[in-house]
Amino acid sequence: MLKKWEQRSMKVAALGVTALALAGCSSAKSSSNQGNNPGKTIKIGVNMELSGSAAGYGEQQKQGIQLAVKKINKNGGIQVGKTKKKVQLVIRDNKTTNNTAASVAAQLVNNDKVVAVVGPATTNAGTAAIPNMTKASVPTVSPSATDPDFTLQKGGAVQKYVFRACYQNDFQGSSAAKFVTKNLKAKRVAILTDNSSDYGTGLTKAFKKSYTGKLVSSQTFQEGDKDFNAILTSLKHKQIDAIYAPGYYSEIGLIVKQARQAGIQAPIVGSDGMADAKLAQIAGKQNANQVYYTTPFSTKAAASNPVASKFMSAYQDKYGSTAPTFSALAYDSVYMIKKAIENEGSANSVKIANGLAKLKNFKGTTGTITIDKKHNAEKTIAIEQLTNGQVTKTYDVDQ
Amino acid sequence: MQTFGQQLVNGLSLGSIYALLALGYTMVYGIIKLINFAHGDIYMLGAFWGYYSLRAFHFNFLMALCSAMVVCAVLGVVIEYFAYRPLRHSPRITALITAIGVSFLLENGMSALVGANARSFPQALPVVTYHWLGIRVSNIQLLILITACLLMALLELIIKRTKMGKAMRAVSVDPEAAQLVGINLNHTISFTFALGSAMAGAAGVLIGLYYNSIDPLMGMTPGIKAFVAAVIGGIGSVPGASLGGFIIGILETGVQAVGLSAYKDAVVYFVLIVILLVMPAGIFGHNRREKV
Repeated sequence: MLKKWEQRSMKVAALGVTALALAGCSSAKSSSNQGNNPGKTIKIGVNMELSGSAAGYGEQQKQGIQLAVKKINKNGGIQVGKTKKKVQLVIRDNKTTNNTAASVAAQLVNNDKVVAVVGPATTNAGTAAIPNMTKASVPTVSPSATDPDFTLQKGGAVQKYVFRACYQNDFQGSSAAKFVTKNLKAKRVAILTDNSSDYGTGLTKAFKKSYTGKLVSSQTFQEGDKDFNAILTSLKHKQIDAIYAPGYYSEIGLIVKQARQAGIQAPIVGSDGMADAKLAQIAGKQNANQVYYTTPFSTKAAASNPVASKFMSAYQDKYGSTAPTFSALAYDSVYMIKKAIENEGSANSVKIANGLAKLKNFKGTTGTITIDKKHNAEKTIAIEQLTNGQVTKTYDVDQ
Repeated sequence: MQTFGQQLVNGLSLGSIYALLALGYTMVYGIIKLINFAHGDIYMLGAFWGYYSLRAFHFNFLMALCSAMVVCAVLGVVIEYFAYRPLRHSPRITALITAIGVSFLLENGMSALVGANARSFPQALPVVTYHWLGIRVSNIQLLILITACLLMALLELIIKRTKMGKAMRAVSVDPEAAQLVGINLNHTISFTFALGSAMAGAAGVLIGLYYNSIDPLMGMTPGIKAFVAAVIGGIGSVPGASLGGFIIGILETGVQAVGLSAYKDAVVYFVLIVILLVMPAGIFGHNRREKV
């Protein structure tokens, strides 16, 4: 009897110890404030949405990251002081969930000892990863977390180790509002928002703040929705001059298709989540007319930007299609880290964070980037117009 | 009036897809009392089969539709054989959890295999839009509605007029008694899975053609909505599932038409709760007393 009890208690104890050990692995160290140092190689972590609902975007970003690292290593690596060190990627999937994003962050900084992280792609997952990154003093650059508060702490102070390579929503939303008023002269606008992401709701908020005309209708949809006929039919007789639809290409492509098939010819204006050749494929070329979107990465502008045109052709060679915006942003994220290391002459993670904060006039594929006080990427914005599925015109928006 | 008619068309074409999916849920539940959560993913596989057969084998649309039905029927049987048959005598909750597991396996397996990106479906049929009393109806909407109705009628025929259908009905009433009179339980259950999965495969190809966008997670939400449709119609009842599908489609369209798009899913689930409270067995369901 006693023996049995003993056995059982031993088992419980063993379980407890294992649990503790596991917990010890996953919670970030807070004692040392020195951050991680590189070994023979510079380890860069990737905390990315490779499965789950945002996997499509995560996959594209991974391609951009791998392309960047391959190119860096081909040229011998990153100059750290007097030696050149190669870059080693540690790619981990956060499954588009917040808990996994947080535990992946802990794993990357504590077990893999990376000196910088690229990702996550979405604001939600990105925000969940911040505490562990900050505890370990390792900087993270998100290619596509657009929420204005992403880089800020609750009180409004900046998150020391959080950066982004994309615009924040306020900038993009207000640019779209200006374009709709000035260029399209639209007096009556309907909004269709992806309200399952911070991206869509944030852009809508920013658009509403700066748009001065009449807002006829404001409707929402969910990521993964395929049928917009009902909403579009109800908009048809409301005499709208334009539709503002911030979201990703997979849903906006369907909105464009169904709107044109329902006989709505009003211009459809969106955001950089639409900047993908797949938009026109899903909408159908004959339907992708009078479609506009704000983007940092115009394929037209790329022709005059040597960094971008090199990236475009490298991507084309490797993956056989036009580079999507997400890949370009992820590519820039890696090069921003490289630049920060070179400027600081050290690949210590704290130094990289300092270097990123001081980044100025960095020539990326998505334009010339300067990191501002709030760790946002400042760069110019353009609006592209699609006609028959092709980019035919690029507009500049004055701020 | 025009807008109303147009919305009705929208609702019917959405509803026929839900109805096709709901049939699979209801048949499997009727026979082995299992809610097959992987059913929505069979529909996704049907869409992908359509995509590859149209692109790689240059099938025409009819061939793509029929081959997708065959492939999905086989897949349904295989899934039943490996995942559910070994659990035939375990508690129902075990089979239910396995179904969720199979669903995850199919979704993430396809994401890993073909990538999670949404892709455009080859346009096998050119879109023609008919104008009739100011209502726009596309040939694809008509096709979906007609195919759905045809398949449902065919299913009704199979269940009511064939020997296998009779066996299915017998198994659903009492599997043990059915075995006593010489009905092969395993064959009947496999056949049910094949039928339901074929319906889902057809729905997948039709959706691919209609919306022109498919991805590995496309089965999740429609799967759950179709499940709700089956419950509203009375789970286990074939005409109930068809009716439930159309009700959900029209309800969703109606909610969006009056400008409450943010609440469209909430309303569907709210109706589910109300139906379960008022008529726990659904519209066509029989309120059978459980034997203890």
